[in-house]
Amino acid sequence: MADPYRTPPAPGASPTLVAELRLARGEFVLDVELACPAGITCVMGPSGSGKSTILSLLAGLALPDRGRVQLGDEVWLEHKTGQASINVATHERRLAYVFQGLALFPHMSALGNVEYGMGHIQRVDRQPKALALLERLGVAHLAHRRPRTFSGGEAQRVALARAIARSPQLVLLDEPFSALDRDLRAQLTALVRELVAELAIPMVHVTHSVAEARQLADQVVRVERGHVVSRGTATEVLTGITSLEE
Amino acid sequence: MTWEPLWLSFQIATLATLLTLVVGIGLALLLQWRRLPARDFVDAVISAPLVLPPTVLGYYLLVALGSEGAIGRAWESLFGRTIVFNFEGAVIAAAVGSIPLVVRSIRLGLESIDPTLLNAARTLGAGPVRILFTIVLPLAAPGIVAGAMMGFARALGDYGATQMVIGSRIKGMPTASIYVMEQLHGGNDDRVFWMAVATTLLGVTMLFFANRMTRRLHYHRG
Repeated sequence: MADPYRTPPAPGASPTLVAELRLARGEFVLDVELACPAGITCVMGPSGSGKSTILSLLAGLALPDRGRVQLGDEVWLEHKTGQASINVATHERRLAYVFQGLALFPHMSALGNVEYGMGHIQRVDRQPKALALLERLGVAHLAHRRPRTFSGGEAQRVALARAIARSPQLVLLDEPFSALDRDLRAQLTALVRELVAELAIPMVHVTHSVAEARQLADQVVRVERGHVVSRGTATEVLTGITSLEE
Repeated sequence: MTWEPLWLSFQIATLATLLTLVVGIGLALLLQWRRLPARDFVDAVISAPLVLPPTVLGYYLLVALGSEGAIGRAWESLFGRTIVFNFEGAVIAAAVGSIPLVVRSIRLGLESIDPTLLNAARTLGAGPVRILFTIVLPLAAPGIVAGAMMGFARALGDYGATQMVIGSRIKGMPTASIYVMEQLHGGNDDRVFWMAVATTLLGVTMLFFANRMTRRLHYHRG
């Protein structure tokens, strides 16, 4: 099916995310290296292990003490102790971030939420493209409704549509499905898988759920107390593991 | 019985409210900035009109806005007239008196915004100015409107500071609150009564609609 909202990437153009991040806050020390090619990288670990902090640092919402973030040829952050030599502002990083609470704008309709990230598209084209995206995610009927009227699953779909509308080069998901029941979670993870395959970009997906990681991940990175303890395919990393909570 | 003092007070309060809104939004945003040096001190200075006697506030304004003050001199050289003893002085006096109420209300509105929404806007490509106009101000609107209306009500009834800055009249006309005092001293009890009733009705009506609008904005912001 022709993709209504995105020019397909040229073959071989899929960027890889490479990141080195170091941050010390009191007793907590985060020190991780990531290499995320196109596809889904699930970052897993118990609560407080630093998973969400990694996403904030990748997005530029927080600054590490030291680190580097590069997507393909674009360096977003080059920060050595002291001053940042390169620090591309969050709004200039071509990424999409689906927050744990989704963070849909409550004063805008679903359409308004999706159009918000379409600053790169001519104004006249935004609405048809946003509607096409909502249709694709099965929530076109919500186009003119506000988020307070959405069910949990509907809100997730609108949040995904809003993220994809930005035509991102990197997608960050912070446990967006954690509050959903198993069936809905399975539906949405399948949808995410499909979207990422089409977009051919890296997606970093933070999750607690071993089942979700098995279903989604091309790569699993296990983080404990701010450090990567293992990485590989889901089979390599998660065999014999049913839960990551300590 | 003349109603012109009430009309004059209404004009002063309206302009003072517009002035306090612009300045108040700026000050409230400044106070929300965590890295603002001496934030508590700046907050205390902005709130000072709440605790200062009106005559003391009026004295400071007289000094700052008079011909000997930098602001007063600059104004005179620009517009060829003084601020004090004029309409502009009354507007500024009313605005300064109401600014703490307006800033506090706007800050409550700003503090009610989930910071994740601001981060979401940043990740969707919005810079600071776009975030201000599309997320911050719409979501803080109930606080801004409530602040504006409280500021208006406060400005409408200002007496002490206004009298210090304009004397007793602007072009021969007193404000409503000065008129009430003058008529009371003159023993015109009927005029005092009707002006008091009219001022009260105007203030209460404004606050009534402010409450309704605030509730409606709360609903619309989700």
